[in-house]
Amino acid sequence: MSKTIKIKKGVDIKLKGTAEHVVAKLDRPEIFAVKPTDFHNLTPKMEVREGDEVKAGSVLFHDKYRDKIKFTSPVSGEVAEIRRGAKRRILEVRILPDANSESIDFGAADPVSLSREEVIEKLLKSGLWTAIRQRPFSTIANPDDKPRDIYVSAINSAPLSADFNFICKDQVDLLQTGIDAVGKLTEGNVHFNVSTEADRSSTFTGLKGVQLNRFNGPHPVGNVGVQIHHIRPIDKGDTVWYLDPQALITIGRLFKEGKYDPSRIVALVGSEVKEPKYFETQIGASLKNMLKGQLSEGTNRIISGDVLTGEKIEADGFIGFYDSEVSVIPEGDEPQFFLTEGWLSPGFSKFSVSRAFPSWLMPGKKYRLNTNKNGEERAFVVTGEMEKVFPFDIYPMQLVKSIMVNDVEMMEKLGIYEVDSEDFALCEFACTSKIEIQEIVRNGLDLIQKEFA
Amino acid sequence: MKGLKKFIDNQLKPPFEEGGKLHKFWPVIDSLDTFAFVPGHVTKKGAHIRDGIDLKRTMFMVILALIPALLFGMYNVGYQHYMALGQEATFGDIFLFGMLKVLPLVIVSYGVGLGVEFIFCIAKSHAINEGFLVSGMLIPLIMPVDVPLWMVAVATAFAVVIGKEVFGGTGMNILNVALTARAFLFFAYPTKMSGNKVWVNTADGSPVDAYTGETLLAQATSTPVEKFTDISGTMYAGIDQSFIDSVIGLIPGSVGETSVIACLIGAALLMWTGIGSWRIIFSALLGGAVMGLIFNWVGPAYFPDNSFLALPWWYHLAIGGFMFGIVFMATDPVTAAQTPTGKWVYGFLIGLLAILIRTVNPAYPEGVMMAILFMNVMAPMIDHYVIEANIKRRVSRLKVKTA
Repeated sequence: MSKTIKIKKGVDIKLKGTAEHVVAKLDRPEIFAVKPTDFHNLTPKMEVREGDEVKAGSVLFHDKYRDKIKFTSPVSGEVAEIRRGAKRRILEVRILPDANSESIDFGAADPVSLSREEVIEKLLKSGLWTAIRQRPFSTIANPDDKPRDIYVSAINSAPLSADFNFICKDQVDLLQTGIDAVGKLTEGNVHFNVSTEADRSSTFTGLKGVQLNRFNGPHPVGNVGVQIHHIRPIDKGDTVWYLDPQALITIGRLFKEGKYDPSRIVALVGSEVKEPKYFETQIGASLKNMLKGQLSEGTNRIISGDVLTGEKIEADGFIGFYDSEVSVIPEGDEPQFFLTEGWLSPGFSKFSVSRAFPSWLMPGKKYRLNTNKNGEERAFVVTGEMEKVFPFDIYPMQLVKSIMVNDVEMMEKLGIYEVDSEDFALCEFACTSKIEIQEIVRNGLDLIQKEFA
Repeated sequence: MKGLKKFIDNQLKPPFEEGGKLHKFWPVIDSLDTFAFVPGHVTKKGAHIRDGIDLKRTMFMVILALIPALLFGMYNVGYQHYMALGQEATFGDIFLFGMLKVLPLVIVSYGVGLGVEFIFCIAKSHAINEGFLVSGMLIPLIMPVDVPLWMVAVATAFAVVIGKEVFGGTGMNILNVALTARAFLFFAYPTKMSGNKVWVNTADGSPVDAYTGETLLAQATSTPVEKFTDISGTMYAGIDQSFIDSVIGLIPGSVGETSVIACLIGAALLMWTGIGSWRIIFSALLGGAVMGLIFNWVGPAYFPDNSFLALPWWYHLAIGGFMFGIVFMATDPVTAAQTPTGKWVYGFLIGLLAILIRTVNPAYPEGVMMAILFMNVMAPMIDHYVIEANIKRRVSRLKVKTA
C-alpha cells in the first residue's frame, strides 16, 4: 500500500548553519512557560493563579469555547507569573520549577486495549490533546469530530529544519505506542509520510498500523498540507487531523509511563549559531541556557521554528509548543546602497528563486540571509512566480487576491480548505512585491471559520 | 556610502517629513532615497527571510533586455538616413546621428511619464512605483524616428493617465501602457505614424532619386516578396537577402523594433531570468507561424490578388514589429493572462491575430499592436475560463463523494 509521490514545484533554500547530528544535554532550565499564543485562535480561561503549586500535568488553563481542551504544566513547580499583553490578552503562563519533579499519574495503559473514548479522555486530561491539530484551519482538533484520516509528516523540508529521522532514532517504541493511540481516533488511515531518501526515513520503515507514503522533492514537500493534497485533497466538509512525530513520542510516553513528560529534542540552527546541533530539552523551556555562548556578535533574530514560518522570540524566550528547531539569523535593518548591495548590485550574497541574481550559478552554495525585505511593498505586478513554488492544484495568486477582497465564495471555490498559511511561506518568500501573503491567508481562513461557525 | 545616507537622512529629508514644509512632496524624496538605498525594512511576521528580488531589480532586468534594441535602433536610424541620402558615412557618424535623434525621444518620454507619475503619487500620497521605468523606455522604441517630440509628450501623458493611473496605477492597468501611447498617436495623428514618409529621417538633405521610404511591411501589401526593395529603391538580390536584412534589422521601421537579433537577445535574457514568460513568447511565435502557414496554403489558391498572403510564414515573424511586440509587450505581466495555461492561449492568439490583421486589413499593416491591445482586454476572460476549469475539478470531486 506504500505510495511514492514526487513533487516538482518548490525550492530548497540552502542556508548556513545546519545542525550537526549530536545531541547535547542541558541543565534544567530556570523557568518554563506555556504560551496560549502558540495555539491559533485560542481564548484561554485560567484555572490557576499566580503562586499556585502545580505538578507536571496539572491543568493551567482551558479553551474558553471548548472547555474539554486543557493545557497542562510541563513541570512541577509554582506559577510565577501570568504575563499579559494588550487588552489583557494572556501571553505566557510562567512556571518556576521546583526540585521535586512531581507528576500527575494518568495511569499507564496499552492503547491497543483501550477504546476510542478512553484514548481521547486520557489525551484531554493530560493536555496532550493539544498536539493534535486539524485541517482545515490548523486549530486544535475538536474531540467531538470524527476525522477522515490522520496525517503525520516525518519529513522536515524547510530550510535548516530538524531531522526527524535523527530525532526519533532511539525512541521508535514510544513512537509506535503513540501511533497505536492515535490510530484509535480515526476510522480512516494513519498516513505516515516519509522521505524517499533512506537516510532521512530509515527510522520509520518498520512502523505498524500506518500507511507509509514516500515523498520526494524540494520544500514544501514536508508540509503536511502538501502531502494531504497529493494523497487525498480536503473538500469542504472534510476534517483531517495531523501531528508531528515528536508529539507522537510524547503521547507514546503518556501511555507507557502514565505521565506527561514533555521532553523533546530541538535543533539550534542558523548562520549566527556557533555550533549548530541538537539539544535535549522540554516543551516550554526557556532558551536562555541553550543559547548561552552560542550566538555570534551583532543583532540577531531568534526564531522559534524555521525561518519561513517560525515566530520571532527574544533571547530569553521559550520554545513554541509545535516547534522542533530554534533558528538564529542576522537582522537586516541596515539600508543597502543600490550599487554595492542593493537592487543594482551583482548580488552574490543574495538568493533568488528567479534568475535575476547569480544564485542559479552556484546551486550548492549556502547562504547567510538576513531579515531585510530587500525591497518595499508594491502592488502585485509579476505573475507566475508563486506557481513555481506552490505544489497544489490551486491558483495561488487568484486565491490570495480573493482573500484580499474578502470574497468568501471565491475562496471556497479556489480551494482555501486545502491550504494553510505555511503552505504559502515560499510564495511569500518569492514575492517580488513583498506582500505579506501568509498573514493574508491566515486572515482568509479566520474569516471562513467565523463565517461558518 | 554611510556619509551619503546620513546626508539624505539629515540634510535632505527633514523638510519633507511629517510636519515639514514640503511634506506634500514626500513621495519624491522617498523615491530618491529608496532608489539609492534599499531601506532597512525587516520582516515582522511570516517568512523571516525574503528573496533578493524586488520590483526595481525586475524592471531593471527588462531595461537591460531592451538595451540591444535601443543601441541597434540608434544605429539603424543613422544607417537608414545615410542610405536614403545616398551618402557614405563612418560607423561613428551613423551611430551619432541616430543617437541624437533617439535620445530626445527617450528623454521626453521619461520626463513626461515620470512627471505625471510623480504628480499622481503626490496627489494620492503613495510611494512611487517602478512600472514606468520600462514603459518609458518602450515608448520611444515603438515610435517612428520623425515623430514630433510634443506628440511623444502628449501620447505619454495620455497613456500614463488614461492607460494606467485612472485604474489605480502600476499593477492595475488593463492595457499595456506603451502600446496605449502608440495606439493613441496612431489614431490621433495617422499621418505621422504611418505611410512612407515617417520611417526615415531625410530632413537635412534630399534623398536619392529612387527613394521610397517604404517599409517591407508596406511593400508586402502590394509587392511579391521576390521584388522587395530597400529604401533607396534598389531591389534585393533575392528573398534571402531581404530576409537577412530584416533579421539583422537594417530596414526602415519604428526606432527599436527592426532587429530580430536584438529582440532575441532581449528575449533570451527575459526568459532565462524568468521575468518574461517563455510561454507567451513561444506560443505567440507558434500562433504567428500557424496563421502564416494557413495563409500560405489558402492564399495563392483562393485569393491570388493578395500578395501578402503568399509571404512565406517565416518571413512574417521577421518583419514589422512582430518580434519586438511579442517579446517586450505581450509579456508585460500586468496586462497579460496570469495563469500558466492562460498564457499559452493568450500568446497563441496574439500571434494568430497579429498576422491576421496584418495580412487581411491593409489599413493596419502593423497588426501586432492591435493584436496585443485586443488580447490585453481579453486576458481576464481567458484567465476566467482557466480558473473555472480548476473550480470545476474541485466541484466534481465533491460531487463524486456525496453521490
